[in-house]
Amino acid sequence: MSGELGAGTRADFPLLAREVRGRPIIYLDSAASSQKPQCVLDAMNSYYETINANVHRGAYEIAAQATEAMEAARAAVARFVNAPSADEIVFTKNVTEAINLVARSWGGANLGPGDAVLITEMEHHANIVPWHIMAAEKGFELRWIGVGADGQLDLSNLERLLDGAKLLGVTAMSNVLGTLNPVRRLADAAHDAGALLLVDAAQYVPHLPTDVQALGADFLGFTGHKMCGPTGIGVLWARAELLEAMPPFLGGGEMILDVRKDGFLPNHIPHKFEAGTPPIAEIVGLGAAVDYLEGLGMDRVREHEVSLTAYALRTLQDRYGTELAVHGPSEPACRGGVLSMSFRDIHPHDLSQVLDDRGVCVRAGHHCAKPLMRHLGVPATARASLYVYNDTADVDALADALGAAGEFFG
Amino acid sequence: MAGLEDLYREIILDHYRNPRNRGELEVPPAVQAVGFNPLCGDEVIVYVEVRDGVITDVSTGGQGCSISQSSASMMSTAVKGRTVAEVRRLVRAFKRMMSIHGTGIGGTGDDLDDEPDSGNGTGDVKLGDLEALQGVVKFPVRIKCATLSWNTLVQALDETFA
Repeated sequence: MSGELGAGTRADFPLLAREVRGRPIIYLDSAASSQKPQCVLDAMNSYYETINANVHRGAYEIAAQATEAMEAARAAVARFVNAPSADEIVFTKNVTEAINLVARSWGGANLGPGDAVLITEMEHHANIVPWHIMAAEKGFELRWIGVGADGQLDLSNLERLLDGAKLLGVTAMSNVLGTLNPVRRLADAAHDAGALLLVDAAQYVPHLPTDVQALGADFLGFTGHKMCGPTGIGVLWARAELLEAMPPFLGGGEMILDVRKDGFLPNHIPHKFEAGTPPIAEIVGLGAAVDYLEGLGMDRVREHEVSLTAYALRTLQDRYGTELAVHGPSEPACRGGVLSMSFRDIHPHDLSQVLDDRGVCVRAGHHCAKPLMRHLGVPATARASLYVYNDTADVDALADALGAAGEFFG
Repeated sequence: MAGLEDLYREIILDHYRNPRNRGELEVPPAVQAVGFNPLCGDEVIVYVEVRDGVITDVSTGGQGCSISQSSASMMSTAVKGRTVAEVRRLVRAFKRMMSIHGTGIGGTGDDLDDEPDSGNGTGDVKLGDLEALQGVVKFPVRIKCATLSWNTLVQALDETFA
């Protein structure tokens, strides 16, 4: 694929052609959910129009084709994150379910009183609440890595925190601060301490080339709808030997080899963790999304976002100076394109309302990261986030709309 | 299409910039309740002091957007000095105004969690300045901002008589 990202890829996304209140839509909420390219919508439609049938059973042709399409998507996803085997790709509903699967299955079998799970203050609630739930049930300790200067994790007492920990859970990229965490370093430290590393890669896989082996992760979750794919489909990658040893998560069809009146024999991985009819069309759509992103080239995606983030930070600084704070790392190379803003004393909810009036879509709220909000000392932020279809004109529109909000509440 | 001026009436912005009855009351004799809007992180704290069936003092704290905070301020001025029975009628009338069903606009919004007869006995209630908040109904995601302090007030009253 040739041409620039941004304006050059916008035409691939049909929704971006619509208007909001007579103005072109300026979509700056991809960290919440990305838009979908036509090829993903076509793949899902084509599945329903030509090969729709339940998978992994039925000897007839379209059932075999549906199974083939699903397993081809699994192979594409495995290749996309450099997983050693497609058997290590478990389809879930989203990252939240992926982490709950680990907490419930691995955690249920391996955690108890005297153990600890270490997570960070910048986690999304999806990587906090499952551990709260299991800690209450199993009696292990939940520990926290704090956030220090410039939106970076405070790793000064990492060794002490890891002492006695069985798992370290960390976001690869903060959905609020944009911070890219040192996953490899954390993996090494965790392994030295005898702990496993779980990576919430919801904000990472869509934006950077991902290699689960180079990252040193043991578990890594991501979600389809933030990476040009449909909603309702997520992925848990885990090392095969871990998945083999873990008890099943949900019970039902597909996940068994045999069921008797006195028990059952679980299926092989990954099917052991995929009870019930899977979201086949969504899996096919995710496969198409992976193909689309590989076509763009993840190195180019990252380059585009670094340069657009740099432009955004510069523009907002030039226009609003100290009136506007962007939380998180100041250096574009150390962060993703997530810009959580505090603007004067305008509440983010009011800010996003005025921006919406001008067709600019940003998210206002705590972004499912209340411990981090408390650390930052803000009730909420207004967050603009960038992706493959955004360009400098979108950033300019954001900056203009902020000016309008400033006048409205001036 | 509803414009921003439907939402941000001048009286709303005035209550936001200059909130009335802001602060804390001593507990007891006052009762405190905290309400959260889990979507946007807004938080309202309501203190009420009831003597002989009359709300003798009310105070609000917390943080949030102009709609949630101005609604809290307007609520405090509307209920202070009135009987609990009057206030409960006022709450019903307010929530009826803030309900999409009540005003005939389509879609889903804040649930009316009152008893089944919530529509009764509110006809003679005068909302006064509170009617400025009616424009919020045109922005369904903001309805919960406007009703937060009212729901929290009900919590505090329920606790008073628990």
